[in-house]
Amino acid sequence: MPALDENRKRELEEIARRIRIHIVKSTHAAGSGHPGGSLSATDIITALYFEVMNHNPEDKKWGLRDRFVLSKGHAAPALYGALAESGYFPVDELMTLRKLGSRLQGHPDMRKTPGIDVSTGSLGQGVSIACGMALAAKLDRRAYRVFAVCGDGEMQSGQIWEGAMFAAHQKLNHLTVFVDRNNLQIDGATEDVISIEPLVSKWQSFGWHVQEINGHDMEEIVHSIHEAEEVHGRPSVIIAHTTKGKGVPFMEGSLAFHGKAADDEQLKIALEALGGDL
Amino acid sequence: MWEMAKQRDSYGKTLAQLGRERDDIVALGADLCGSCKLNDFGKEFPERFFNCGIAEQNLMGISAGLAASGKTVFSSTFAVFATGRAYDQIRQSIAYPNLNVKIVATHAGITVGGDGASHQMLEDIALMRVLPNVDVVAPADYYETGKATIAVSEADGPFYVRLGRSNVPIITEEDDPFEIGVATTLKEGNDVTLIGTGIMVSRCLKAAKILEKQHDIDARVINMSTIKPLDEKTIVKAAKETGGVVTAEEHVVSQGMGSGISQVLSESYHVPMKRVGIPNVFGESGGSEELMDKYGLTTEDIVESTHDVISRR
Repeated sequence: MPALDENRKRELEEIARRIRIHIVKSTHAAGSGHPGGSLSATDIITALYFEVMNHNPEDKKWGLRDRFVLSKGHAAPALYGALAESGYFPVDELMTLRKLGSRLQGHPDMRKTPGIDVSTGSLGQGVSIACGMALAAKLDRRAYRVFAVCGDGEMQSGQIWEGAMFAAHQKLNHLTVFVDRNNLQIDGATEDVISIEPLVSKWQSFGWHVQEINGHDMEEIVHSIHEAEEVHGRPSVIIAHTTKGKGVPFMEGSLAFHGKAADDEQLKIALEALGGDL
Repeated sequence: MWEMAKQRDSYGKTLAQLGRERDDIVALGADLCGSCKLNDFGKEFPERFFNCGIAEQNLMGISAGLAASGKTVFSSTFAVFATGRAYDQIRQSIAYPNLNVKIVATHAGITVGGDGASHQMLEDIALMRVLPNVDVVAPADYYETGKATIAVSEADGPFYVRLGRSNVPIITEEDDPFEIGVATTLKEGNDVTLIGTGIMVSRCLKAAKILEKQHDIDARVINMSTIKPLDEKTIVKAAKETGGVVTAEEHVVSQGMGSGISQVLSESYHVPMKRVGIPNVFGESGGSEELMDKYGLTTEDIVESTHDVISRR
């Protein structure tokens, strides 16, 4: 049986489309930001916030909520889009991204933005933080799950593997890490900068349950999260093959739009490609 | 004359006691749990004790995640690894989100001895006091360490607590009050003020005795056990009433406690000042006392600096 029926799949895809529009518009309004890596992670974040995670915008600090760690903090515009669409703050507020006095900082800030579980931004740290959250769940005998989304470039950070070793040792089966495998980092292709492959066997050798999926296929994403839930005694990693800039043709696979916003003309083209403004 | 005891023994004992009183307290180490005296807690509360292995960055990240989930986290390793190795993790994942992590570092300072410069952390006060949201406590002795451990467990937010390796003189009483941010005056005096922190407080007391007996100088002695926030009121009052200040710390003089005090006084009340501490150099192997001698941390160094301060008024 599929993890999603056709209707639900289409609903989620529509939410993802809306979030992509928010990403392109909010970074355009800010005049800066990271649309490429936000767009590659959008479908994963959509599946988490709108299909899988237990959370409640009416009770933001609900103790039993599932936790989310955006280890690749520069994809904040995608997370903000998901939070706004969930109702944590008004959608209009997305246009204040990166501006002075805004609750929406360039990178996630748990003290400023409603719905953010932990502040991130300096790469390589999210797996460790997620481990701490999963440990706390175990200690408190609570069943909440902890999800983290890492960039593939982050796999070059030693701390990721410190966290990987720890999570396996502690048998943190409530922990699920996504690797947004869009193949690009700011200086070029990951495999040209410092190759991270073979990624599957690396995680396997660290004692994790490993899945590889198409990170833009809602059905595959949701299915993989359900499969991760069934794993006992070890954490799960889902290597999600994605396209940087997904959904906006001139940003797809583009290094230029790792850390650059669309200009006025590009915004029009992007919105058209995404099926028109909201 | 004074009894001697290790600060970290007091920390370990107090932490286990806190564990008995509070379920929310967890303790983490990084393969130096024995040296950091975490094992009492670990044996009694194995489910709340985590050895992260030789992975200090991960230690700080896990601490952050636990604190973000409502735990009061004590994380301990040697000062050199706690602050230097994991500085970005402390800054990004603990200080910036203002999480309830108490970094209690042992083996700070040159008295680490034989291990040499790689293990002698002389810059940790500087590194930690500059971080927003992080407060810095450096207890003077065994009893103060226990009180500081309790005090930071009751205060919200990140703390850096600085402990040494060696035996240090017990100069306070078990029932002396202790409050974060409040300096204690251990000896009254009106001719000059000696302000010490950590292991140097006992040397300030010794120096005050020598100054009194041999030079007829009545020195006030202040124990600055909280380095951040500094007790500015007590500092300025002492400067006004005594007209000169000598500071003493087992740390490089650049950006340590003395620098903090000089910053306070330069903006509030100018008096001649001298900072006793280690020049901006790395240490080396040797016996603790030999190193204290060589790197300018003796009672005599404090006495000489006091004469220098008095001569400049």
